[in-house]
Amino acid sequence: MKEILSGNEAIARGAYEAGCRVACAYPGTPSTEILENTINYKEINSSWAPNEKVALEVAIGASFGGGRALCTMKHVGVNVAADPLFTLSYTGVRGGLVLVVADDPEMHSSQNEQDSRNYARFAKVPMLEPSDSQECKEFTRLAFQLSEEYDTPVMVRSCTRISHGKSIVELGERVSDLPEPRLERNPAKLVMLPGNARVRHPLVEQMLVKLSEAGSAMAINRLELRDKSIGIITSGVCYQYVREVMPNASTLKLGLVNPLPQNLIRDFAAQVDSVYVVEELDPFIEIQVKAMGIKVIGKEIISLCGELTPGRLRSAFGLSQATEVQAEKLPGRPPNMCPGCPHRGVFYALKQLKAYVTGDIGCYTLAFMPPLSAMDTCVCMGASIGMATGVTKVVSDQEKKKVVAVIGDSTFLHTGINGLMDMVYNNSPATVIILDNSITAMTGRQDNPASGFTLMDDPAHAINIPLLCQALGVKNIRTVNPLDLEETKRVIAEEMERPETSVVITNKPCVLIKREDVFQKGPLYAVDADRCTGCRACLNIGCPAIEWRPAGDGSRKGKARIDPLLCTGCDVCRQLCKFEAIGSGK
Amino acid sequence: MSGQITNILLVGVGGQGILLASEILSEAAMLAGFDVKKSEIHGMSQRGGSVVSHVRYGKEVFSPIVPEGEGDILFGFELMETCRSLPLIRPGGAVVANDLQISPPAVLMGQESYPEGLLERIKGSFPDFLLVDGQKLASDAGNVRASNTALLGAVSKRLAIAEELWMQALEKMVPTKALEVNKKAFLIGRGL
Repeated sequence: MKEILSGNEAIARGAYEAGCRVACAYPGTPSTEILENTINYKEINSSWAPNEKVALEVAIGASFGGGRALCTMKHVGVNVAADPLFTLSYTGVRGGLVLVVADDPEMHSSQNEQDSRNYARFAKVPMLEPSDSQECKEFTRLAFQLSEEYDTPVMVRSCTRISHGKSIVELGERVSDLPEPRLERNPAKLVMLPGNARVRHPLVEQMLVKLSEAGSAMAINRLELRDKSIGIITSGVCYQYVREVMPNASTLKLGLVNPLPQNLIRDFAAQVDSVYVVEELDPFIEIQVKAMGIKVIGKEIISLCGELTPGRLRSAFGLSQATEVQAEKLPGRPPNMCPGCPHRGVFYALKQLKAYVTGDIGCYTLAFMPPLSAMDTCVCMGASIGMATGVTKVVSDQEKKKVVAVIGDSTFLHTGINGLMDMVYNNSPATVIILDNSITAMTGRQDNPASGFTLMDDPAHAINIPLLCQALGVKNIRTVNPLDLEETKRVIAEEMERPETSVVITNKPCVLIKREDVFQKGPLYAVDADRCTGCRACLNIGCPAIEWRPAGDGSRKGKARIDPLLCTGCDVCRQLCKFEAIGSGK
Repeated sequence: MSGQITNILLVGVGGQGILLASEILSEAAMLAGFDVKKSEIHGMSQRGGSVVSHVRYGKEVFSPIVPEGEGDILFGFELMETCRSLPLIRPGGAVVANDLQISPPAVLMGQESYPEGLLERIKGSFPDFLLVDGQKLASDAGNVRASNTALLGAVSKRLAIAEELWMQALEKMVPTKALEVNKKAFLIGRGL
């Protein structure tokens, strides 16, 4: 049977067909939908972990217990999971273990565009790279087999265009001849103390040599001879661009990108006149091929930055471009927080208080943009709290009061807790605001350990965030309704003034939560045009439901209007209007 | 159509049902026996930002994104976004656009105006231009939220895919509750 699947759906399908029993992840674009699809297969126990390190450790445990396990994350998630990953390559596996990492060249939804292939080489882990959805499924299946055959975790590298692209997939059956998981002790292999690890490391090096040799005969590494004047070594989505733009060029399509199949590469290079490497981001293949003594052209013509496109590849090879229509100069359309989003009032207050905001990763990072413009830093998941501590260590006592860390509930549970522990332990005077909207919103509303539900939608214990902060030793913990601007501003101001660690927690849910009884629309609001003076105060929160209607006489005059289809009745704009022009229609 | 491949770009604003329309289109193309690829960016674009979905079908499709300047049909759900994506279409390509304006943040805040003369700009570069009132067609069908399928109906007439395959694709991709109104909207659009 054939279906059109996204790369992520196909990876989930591949895991199912491979007999995978456990799938664990922390959501991250563009990898999130893999676990949202493994839940469709009841044979797979799928769960969200609080962060990528825990997710990988759960998968490792499942593997050591004898079951096949899948772990998925976005590229920066591997930074968090790197600690177990680098030693997992030494222990190897029992049940096959596949780590899928989805890179984001061009940074469509990420803070950097690190190239995960370097992790495969650095951690000494084999890596496969599919180039469409069919390969996503096949390579995931193969990765489980190789994992057991070579006693190693295997990484599968996707990217935004593969994970979120769709193409036709031929479905297969689930394997049924795998041994039943059961406990089995093997401390020499699984306890990585120096004495044991010294035995394991050479085995890893031998495994990589053996796999490189076997790779030259693997069907996933495909030598396609056409016009022999140009030979292009490529992999993943780049292969598709090469075939699109230079259909006659000879290609060596690599499915195994670590370790590289060196014999096959030599064989290919010997058969073509000039060798090129077409790869996005780092010269990962290029440098290794050069080290083999083969002359290749790569990053001389292809950028180290951003993703490749057919047009960019054409430019790189000096091929003619399609005639271009002049791009229009049009107002931009950046993403925005939703109408009624409970984050908006908090950032409005922080801007008024002239706070120095160390920010974090989530929907609230959008507060960086005007008109709120209330975020001063954003580095990585959980960084806001530790950075706030650091800032207060160097600035004057007067400036210390301005320092506020802002972090969401899911990000706080991901890697923020340790930062708060440090803040209390080392007595930082900064203020932390936890924007608790009861969901992991940015990646598309995933549950988390404080939301009360699991990935499989079963009820779960919801972590009590105020109690957790109390247990860490925070003395000043205040909960505020972020839709009440006066209260929010007053409480934040009081805690900023306090010369010790304090935490302010907001208590309104994300407006996108679909579960009943969580978010409910209030009575909708409207602008009384007779009372509206056109002062524009309500525009300062950047709500998409509020529109400025110019008077149309060429002057700056006009009035505000609220779109009844977008308004959620959050009441925040009413509190901004000094002329009582905004009211609920009831 | 450029070579063997039909290249369609669906563009608009997050929340307009663009992804569903591109899924139905891809499904119909697969049912018609074509190889199909589709690509778009999720994530940040869902928060009211610009959305561009690429659908390509033909004998064998390589790149999941339409090569720049090779789009055969630009299928716009919103006028300014339609205009923004004109450089993706080949000379002589077709534009089917929804007659709808959605103000971006800078316009909502009164800092910029919604650009004027968009229809003329589109028509100036692409004479094969069909303007469709998707909202009205969908209202006629019984639900304004089916405007994406009404617009898809208007686009479908330009594609070599039989009507019964479109119906099968709708049946597969649209939830049962909304199926009848979407079929009706599609056929009204197709009848234009």
